[in-house]
Formats: sequence, structure tokens, C-alpha cells
Amino acid sequence: MAFEAVIGLEVHAQLLTNTKIFCSCSSSFGAGDNENTCPVCTGMPGALPVLNKQVVDYSILTGLALGCEIRENNVFSRKNYFYPDLPKGYQISQYDEPICIKGKVTFLVDGVENTVGITRAHMEEDAGKSTHHGDFSLVNLNRSSVPLLEIVSDPDIRSAKQAGEYLRNLRSILLYLGVCDGNMEEGSLRCDANVSVRPVGQKAFGTRVELKNINSFRFVEKAIEYEIGRQVDAIEQGQKISQETRLYDPDKNRTMPMRSKEEAHDYRYFPDPDLLTLTVDRAWVEKVKARLPELPLQKLKRFVSEYQIPEYDAQILTTSRPQAEFYEDVVKQGGNPKAASNWIMGDLLRILNEQKLEITQSPITTTQLADLLKHMDAGKISGKIAKTIFEDLAQKKYVGLSVEEIIQKNNLTQVTDTKAIEVVIDKIMTANQGQVDQFRAGKEKVFGFFVGQVMKEMKGQGAPQVVNDLLKKKLKGE
Amino acid sequence: MDLSELTIKSLRDKVRSGEIKARAVVEDSLKRAKDTQGKLNAFITICEKEALLRADQIDKTVSSKKDPGALAGVCVAVKDLLLTKGVKTTAASKILADFIPPYSSTVVEKLEAAGAIIIGKTNLDEFAMGASNENSAFGPVKNPWDLTRVPGGSSGGSAAAVAARIAPASIGTDTGGSIREPASFCGVVGIKPTYGRVSRYGVVAFASSLDQVGPMAQNVEDAALMLEVISGKDKHDSTSADVLVPAFSEKIIDNMKGLKVGLPKEYFVDGIEPEVRKAVDQAVSVLKAQGAEVVEVSLPLTEYGIAVYYLIAPCEASSNLARYDGVRFGHRTSEAKDIHELYRRSRGEGFGAEPKRRIMLGTYALSSGYYDAYYKKACQVRRLIRDDFLKAFSKCDVIATPVATGPAFKLGEKATDPLAMYLNDVFTLSPSLAGIPGLSVNCGFTKEGLPIGLQLLSKHFDEEKIIRAAYTVEKHSGLPVRRPHGF
Repeated sequence: MAFEAVIGLEVHAQLLTNTKIFCSCSSSFGAGDNENTCPVCTGMPGALPVLNKQVVDYSILTGLALGCEIRENNVFSRKNYFYPDLPKGYQISQYDEPICIKGKVTFLVDGVENTVGITRAHMEEDAGKSTHHGDFSLVNLNRSSVPLLEIVSDPDIRSAKQAGEYLRNLRSILLYLGVCDGNMEEGSLRCDANVSVRPVGQKAFGTRVELKNINSFRFVEKAIEYEIGRQVDAIEQGQKISQETRLYDPDKNRTMPMRSKEEAHDYRYFPDPDLLTLTVDRAWVEKVKARLPELPLQKLKRFVSEYQIPEYDAQILTTSRPQAEFYEDVVKQGGNPKAASNWIMGDLLRILNEQKLEITQSPITTTQLADLLKHMDAGKISGKIAKTIFEDLAQKKYVGLSVEEIIQKNNLTQVTDTKAIEVVIDKIMTANQGQVDQFRAGKEKVFGFFVGQVMKEMKGQGAPQVVNDLLKKKLKGE
Repeated sequence: MDLSELTIKSLRDKVRSGEIKARAVVEDSLKRAKDTQGKLNAFITICEKEALLRADQIDKTVSSKKDPGALAGVCVAVKDLLLTKGVKTTAASKILADFIPPYSSTVVEKLEAAGAIIIGKTNLDEFAMGASNENSAFGPVKNPWDLTRVPGGSSGGSAAAVAARIAPASIGTDTGGSIREPASFCGVVGIKPTYGRVSRYGVVAFASSLDQVGPMAQNVEDAALMLEVISGKDKHDSTSADVLVPAFSEKIIDNMKGLKVGLPKEYFVDGIEPEVRKAVDQAVSVLKAQGAEVVEVSLPLTEYGIAVYYLIAPCEASSNLARYDGVRFGHRTSEAKDIHELYRRSRGEGFGAEPKRRIMLGTYALSSGYYDAYYKKACQVRRLIRDDFLKAFSKCDVIATPVATGPAFKLGEKATDPLAMYLNDVFTLSPSLAGIPGLSVNCGFTKEGLPIGLQLLSKHFDEEKIIRAAYTVEKHSGLPVRRPHGF
């Protein structure tokens, strides 16, 4: 029997607000233990939460980017459970009145458009962090009350690969919006997966298993892949899948039972009486909407139509907003669109990778790259010279010089003057009479030798086409 | 001069003018607190060192001709449910017996900014859960009018401290009657403000949607002045209201001309002790004689108040009390093998019987499968109770009722019967559920010499009218000024 997987992802995105969701402590990463805390986020008696409006702004912005309906009535509820790093004994979250509902993410997989529905997205606070040290444990509450947006997808995903692509594209959208740094390793983007399988053609869902602790893109795909296999094997062996939460172990690449349905918490949700119902009116939504940037897929499509570059190029260029903006900046300054794409995807990304830099820290500016491309297009410098200048710029050999000035200073202008080139050709032919004879005897392969020698003599500045044409003429004795 | 006979305004004027030193006021008050502690047990902590230090600061401010504030040199006893930075705050629970808060409640900050001096932290029912002050881990408080009787609760220590003239005013909190009932039992004035009038920041939470901080004082004007100082929007409390705070104590009117007083027929039923009924009737006739038109109103959902309250309050409490887990502060068991045992033992050892009872009630009522039938239904009925009051207030300005069915009862009389204790709050619960303000003012004494309280209610943020009605009763009822024997 053939099976298909049914997958839904729950993504927790840590929002990049300056302060925490219910107090004015900094939400930045990396402070000393319990340094970013106050009576509110440590759950002191009598402390009360006050909502940070920036969290609402970011949630609306994300909801709009995901095509969600932004709900007017927002209720914060308490999710009650005991854990040492949950200082109040409850987490303030949204339960039956979330801020965003009914959205979708559309993305390309191998050129094919995929759409995954978004059930809801809601605001909540993070818990602190426990670390265990043999016979004692420590709690750090810096992360306590840091704002999260939990984005829940519909069960629309059918494969591990598609889950990975969905997550990558969702992350890219969050990064475009600037609401989350998307760092899975540091935990600012976290993912749980609900996985079930069913025979192909069956409408009803199979029994669902929740996977936790999948903290990288690679693990998301591997964990889901493993879990699908486990469930199919179990069913084929006549076993029943039990509804449970399982933990992914990346070292063994397998999932292990964590708690069964019977052991599931009763969170006793109820509206938090310390917070009033939050009304998000149309005016608020419109104000946020004005700040909505062009999103990855829109940009991709526009690049293809506006700059006539292949979809493949556009997809890579739009992976991140700064990268897309870098590209577009080069093109807007006159760089040839396809050449700009080639240079960025090839040499620039290689150099950034080597130097471990973000594109925003690129040693080559958009103006420099645009100038290089323009000079090449105008025949002023050869591609080879352009590459040399590019590498020199990457090594920060020239500081504060424009491409024009570099060309002037080093006298790198391409020589197109036929007389000057003929002088060099004559000199090379005279010095290599043997090879000239070979060429004339029909061994045309030695042509390349002559091109090389001429270019070497001209320090690479001979215009290739002119050199080629003149050489052919002279060698053939025309 | 007997300092304890002065009103707050005259006392603070004497301190401001330099006629009396704040230090002398504080020393006098501290002496009374210490002398009566053995008899009354009104305090959990007496802040001797801090109070004297503050008094000297006030005196220095006065001598340097700076403004020492509207409550300069006024001693205030504060319920030990309000956090005081650096001073132990226990909520009368073993679980917080050694808790020294890292910050002060907004109300305490406002009082201190106005020049008031916190003389001590008063005893209460554990986590404000109770109506007799017998549920304290630090022992019960005695009623100054009769040491064999309860002072009422949960703000029993605050009421007793004012009644025994230890301080001219105190701070209590009221969730279902915890200011009004002890004020009635101890013969002082107590105001439960409109929900949202006073900040809850830094007040140990019992039931967040009901808790309100309010003043208790020897007379209406003093209580009004205290309310003025502690009211107002607080950026730390989202539920505090951004509503203008009137100068409650300025030009209080002592008549009821043009006002209607409503008597809810559901409140004047069997079960009210005759002496209470008589005293309340007399107060109503005083209001009438001073110009009020008396009308009958109806609050048909009154009988559901107790059931609704005893669902909502325990539900919220079960969640509010989850933070006392022995991890970060408060009592931690000395022996636990794992985290679950740490929770079980710390909480089991730290909480008294009443908080445990309410945590269990609330946890049950919020559980999956019961939520809709209990908590959600209770919230729906609560809204209807509120509507009931608003409807009644379309026919009158002030509603007058007894505070309790009887005067202070004997220590131990209801202690073993939680249900009888819960029923004691029947007249004060519904106004709390509605979020409206309520005031308790003395309207007479029983033959045995026990005070009887009149409850006055008004619309949200209309405290001025109940203050006016209470002032009218105080000025015109012709009751002799009494002081509990021996205090």
C-alpha cells in the first residue's frame, strides 16, 4: 500500500523588539545571567504585565505578509503549568482569540509553486532557560517574557523536503520583514512538527505525532523523514500509531517517545485578568500595512520580468532582502542585469563566504561592481582585467578609490588601437617563426598560443576581439 | 494633646507648621502599636526603624521650608499584602514568611511621596482569603471592641489598628468585602474603590479581576483624603483606569439634596439580625431627613453572587498562587528528591488550609471539560450582575444596604464551617463582581456595644456620592463618638 504524509509545522519566531513583551527589560541576546530581569519577568509577587505595542506591530506586519486576517479582538490567556524556568507558573499566550488567522505561504520548489495555509499566528511570552549541572540546576530568566509569535500551518505539507522549503521560505519572509533574526541554532526560530501518514486516496487523517527539539533546517527534514518511515513501518506491521509527543535525537537520527496523550498537560487556559482585551482597529492595521515591504516571491517574479534574468537566478538573488537589494542597486547604477546576477551569484558570494561576511559587509560596493560591469560593457576594460580589479577590491587593496581611478592609476584601459596591437603581433610572430609555420601548415591549435603571448606582452590589456581578428589576419598572411 | 484624637488634616497641618514633630507622632503611634500588639495581634511587622528614619526626614523637610506633602507625618498601617521594598511582606502566609521584596507597591510609593509614614505591616487572612482574620499563619487578630470576637477579614489588622487608634488611617484590600466587612466590625470607615481606581502593582494578587486597594480611617473625611492620594492611573497596571481623580476630601457635602437612595429589596430579607436592620433603617432615615429621596430598587441576581464569586475568585487564585513554588523566593522544603517533590512539599508545607482549599476549587473549575460549565458560565452571570447594578443606578444615585447580616462574631464561631464563612460576605460580593465602589460607615452599635456598618454603593468612578452619603450619616446621625474600651 502506498502512503502519504500529512505534516503541519508550528514555528516559534522570537520577535526583534527592543524590550520584552510585558516589561521594559532588554530582550537582547548575550547579557550576563539574569541581568535582563525585573519583578515582572521573574514573576515576583504583585508584579503585573503591561503589553509592549511593538510586539503587536510586528505581529500585524507578519500577519499581513502571510495574507492573514488580522483579528480585532485580542485576548491574552494564561497557560498554566509548573516548570522551574516558568516563573509565574503560567505562560501568557493567546488561546481562542489570536491576532492572525487564515493566511498562506506561497513558494517555489524546483520552479513549481507550492502553497501552505496558515491556521493562525499568536503572540506569547517565552520562558527562561534551565541548565542542569549534576545534582543541581540553574535558571536564567533573561529569556523569560521575550516576545514570540507562534505561527501554525495548516496540515498542507506532504513531504519532509516540502516542510524544509516551507520553513526556509517562512524564515525568509520573517527576515524580509525584519521581525526575527531567524537563527535556529540560537533558538530565535524554533520548529515543532505534527506528522501523520495515511494511505494514498484516504481523506481522513491518520493519528498525529508531535515532534519536538528539531533545531535546524537539516534536522527538520531528517526528523520528519524518519518519523514518516517509522509510522509507515508500524502500520505495515499491523501496529497502531499512538497520539504522542516525540523527541528527535539528532545524534541517532531517530525520534523517541516523550509523553503520551494521557500524560498531556491540562493547561487550564483562561483569559488573563491582568490584561485588558486588546482592540486592533482598521486604522492600526493600515498604519502597519504602509510599512509592508516587497516580499521574496513578489521580488523574484519582478526580477524575472523586469530584468529578464532566469527564475533560477532570481530565486537565489532574492534569498535575502539585502542580497536582492544589492543586486538591484548594481543594476540601477547601470550594471548589465544578467552580468550583475552572474557576478553576484558567483564571485561575490564566493568571496563573502571565504571572508565570512554578510552581503551588507561586502568589501565591494554596489557602485564599484556596477562601474566594473559598465566599463566591461563599453569595452574599456577586458573581463580579465575586471576580474583582477574585483579580486583586488575584495582584498581591500584600494581604499577610497573609484573603479575609474583604479583603471587610470594602473593604466588598465583596454587597448583597441589596431596599430599598437599590430606592433606587438609582429614582434611575437618574428620571435616564434616555427609556430607561425605550423599554423600555416594547418595546425590551427597554435592560435591559442599566439593569443596568450600577445595578451601577456600587453599585460592583458589588449581588447580580445581586436587581438583575435588581427592575429587571424596576420597569421593567414592576409 | 491626645494625638490619636486628631483628624488627618489637622495632624498634617500641625506637622507642616512645625507645631508637632513627625518624630513625636511616630513615637506615639509606635508605642500604641507595641503596647496593643499582645492584645490585638494587629501587626505582622512593626516598622520601627524605618518609620523613625522617615519621620526625621519629614521634620528635616519641614525645617528647610520644603513641601512635605499632603500626608506629612501621618502614620499609616499597611496590610501585609502590599509590597514594601526592603521590609518583609508575608501575605500572612508561611510560604512568604521571610520574603523581603525588591520593590514597593505603587500605593506604598504614593503614600510615601505624600509624606505618610508606614508604621507597620498589618495582619490579614492568608493571601486575603477569609472574612475573620483567623486564617493567618501569624495568628488571629482580635476585635478592639471585644477581644473575644473577630475583627473581620481579610483586612482585619488594618481595621483593628485604626479602631484601636494606633494610626489614623490604614490600607486594606478588598476582593469580596475584605475592607468593608472589617470596617463594619471594627466601627471605622472603609472604602473599596471602583475596580481600576487604584493601582494593584505590587499587591500580592488573590483574584486579579476583583482585587482593589482602599483606605480605612476613623472618619469619612480622612478616608476620602487617603483615597485621593492613592488613586490614579499607573503605567505598571494595565487594569488601572485613566480617569480623573476628584479631590474627594475637599468640600465634602453633608446633605443629600437632589440625590436618590435606593434600597434593594433582595438585600432586606430574613436573616439580618434585628439590631443591624434597625441601625441601617435609622441611617436611611437620616439620609432622607437630609434631603434624599428613598426608592426601592431590585437586584434580582443577588442570590447568584456567592456562587459566581466562589468560582471566579478561586480560579484566578489557583493561577496567581502558582508562582509560590519554592524555586525563586519564599518557603522551600528542606527535603526533595526531584523538582516535583520540591513543588509538592514546598507548597504543601507553605500554604495554609484556606489557600489550599481555593487552589483546589479553582484548579478543578478551570480543568478541561469543566471550564465552560463553571468559569465561563460564572463570567457570563457576572456580566449580568453588573447589568443589574447599572439598571438599579438608573433609578438612584446611591444604594444603601447592611455590610453584613450581623456584628462581629466570636473567634472560632465559624472557623470550622467554611460555607458559613463564605455566606457572611453575601452583601459585599455582588458589588465587587460588578466592579463598583463600596463604602462602609458606622451607623450604630448593638446593645453589647459592637459596631454596625452601613454599606453605600454607587456607579463606577462615582465615589464622590458614597463619600457624600457617608459624611451625611456621620454628621447627622447623632451617634456619640465612641472609642473601644482600653484603647
